[in-house]
Amino acid sequence: MTITIESITKRFNGYVAVDRVSLTIPDGKLVALLGPSGSGKTTLLRVIAGLEVPDEGAVSMNGVDVTHTPARLRNIGFVFQHYALFKHMTVFDNIAFPLKVRKRSVEEQRALVNDLLKLVRLEGFGQRYPSQLSGGQRQRVALARALAAKPKVMLLDEPFGALDAKVRQELRQWLRRLHQEMSITSLFVTHDQEEALELADRIVVMNHGRVEQEGTPEDLFEHPKTPFVMSFLGDVNIFHGRVEQGQTVIHHDPAAVAPSVTETKAVRAYARPHELDIDRTPRDERSLPAKVRHVNTAGATVKVELLLRDGHTTVQAYLGRERYQELKLQPGEEVYVVPRQLRIFVDEDDEAPTA
Amino acid sequence: MNSLSKRRTLPGFTPTLTATLLWLAILVLIPLATLFWTAAQLDASTFWQVVTSPRAVAAYKLTFGVALLAALANGVGGFLLAWVLVRHPFPGRNVVDAMLDIPFALPTAVAGLAFATLCSANGWLGRGLALLGIHAANNRLAIWVVLTYVSLPFVVRTLQPVIEDLGTEADQAAASLGASRWQTFAWVLAPQLLPALLTGMALAFARAVGEYGSVVFVSGNIPYRTEIIPLVILGHLESYHFAEAASVAVVMLLASFMVNGAINLLARWSRRHA
Repeated sequence: MTITIESITKRFNGYVAVDRVSLTIPDGKLVALLGPSGSGKTTLLRVIAGLEVPDEGAVSMNGVDVTHTPARLRNIGFVFQHYALFKHMTVFDNIAFPLKVRKRSVEEQRALVNDLLKLVRLEGFGQRYPSQLSGGQRQRVALARALAAKPKVMLLDEPFGALDAKVRQELRQWLRRLHQEMSITSLFVTHDQEEALELADRIVVMNHGRVEQEGTPEDLFEHPKTPFVMSFLGDVNIFHGRVEQGQTVIHHDPAAVAPSVTETKAVRAYARPHELDIDRTPRDERSLPAKVRHVNTAGATVKVELLLRDGHTTVQAYLGRERYQELKLQPGEEVYVVPRQLRIFVDEDDEAPTA
Repeated sequence: MNSLSKRRTLPGFTPTLTATLLWLAILVLIPLATLFWTAAQLDASTFWQVVTSPRAVAAYKLTFGVALLAALANGVGGFLLAWVLVRHPFPGRNVVDAMLDIPFALPTAVAGLAFATLCSANGWLGRGLALLGIHAANNRLAIWVVLTYVSLPFVVRTLQPVIEDLGTEADQAAASLGASRWQTFAWVLAPQLLPALLTGMALAFARAVGEYGSVVFVSGNIPYRTEIIPLVILGHLESYHFAEAASVAVVMLLASFMVNGAINLLARWSRRHA
């Protein structure tokens, strides 16, 4: 089921939650709506579900306009952030609910619910009440219930938001596999970039009710179009500088070429921590002198915190273990930071990407 | 196992418990015990005769029957009121919400007088009703009206927090799962609201059974027809039959114990999945 969103606007008491958003969710794909809180991602999801009526614009599914179709007729599976399980019903009755409202026979209900309980690995939990389950188990009941009516679209609002890190990780992988098996067009809302990068086929980054950028995780991670996308998808170091004669200069040292900018302009240069290298001696004109402040060796990469010579810019660099063994950095040492890659954004003009 | 001698974090357990028990004894236990004591002055057969006299039985039927009807009426009306107040914000909602406390706050005698004036044959409402052939003065209908009035807040105030607590997520979940409004109401909302509704109705019933002040103004107090139990008790009292008065009172007391027990069971039932 392909979902097409055309210029959707939704206001709440004058506050514009979603601002002229147009978007296509391709059939069978797992798409993440990523953004900070208040970016309008949940509202957009609810508009697609039919739980909110947009003030302007249209939603269509496989070319059929459903903008004014009530939620119950859209055949979508919606998983609520806090699961919204019916707490007076057993797990079995919760999952059977969409079948019961469709007046399926009792035998059919039982067979389907048992299949779903197996799918979400909750066999033997059918007669429990939601209050007797853990957060992760409730989440899986909510998923099973949403899947019971064989929806054409799955919509998930912060599906793992309320779970602890380990359960979240397990459920993510499980959802990924589930999506591969069933290939239902799915859209999930998250504020966790890691979750979006790991899970989604495509990511839609939202900010202030608008779409900042849309694309595959690789696309967004490697070619962010705005500083917002750059800094929202992963950690970044920001270097302040300016463009002089087609060259970006950071702290008076030329660092990278910005061909599209000719006049002298203040710019910000972004580099991810793993895109920085550390040397004992200056490698070339791009090397920035800095002092090692702190080294954290716990984890797969070694995290080094440095202070540039300007005295107030703090920089994070992630080194491979081998490189760290070579360097044997100690706090207080004077070293040189080399950005292997920089993305330049002109200040006060977030729409002009130049990297 | 001796929990009283266990060391406690909060000081002052003994004096506070003593004060509590003393207070309870003075206000509740001693008066009730006196009632049983007084009633016990009659021998068993006289007691039985008094409490089953045709006049008393007629009063039981009237009091419990009309109180039940009032509770049922508030079950419907109070449910609607609570629902509208929580779910549908409208201008002046706070005023309506505050007005619901009037039956609690207003002296019931004042309410009784107001209804008596309103429903009498030449009152505003009474005239209109008379045209329809309905008489609502000095009869059971009038008793039902005032009992419904005095017990109105119970259902609303019991349901309001439960409806608020329910939120709208459950309805939205039901809608997203394909349920019609009626299915959502019958299978999702009603089962979750029923315990609170029944609790509210039981409280309303208990309140209506004990109501006296407003009823005497509108009922006409005709023995066998519109005489409620408190009036039967008063009747015995006025002819200095204290033991007889206490006997009928004991019957009422036992009935309210039963209602109280039912309310507690309902409250426990409503928390079973919390």
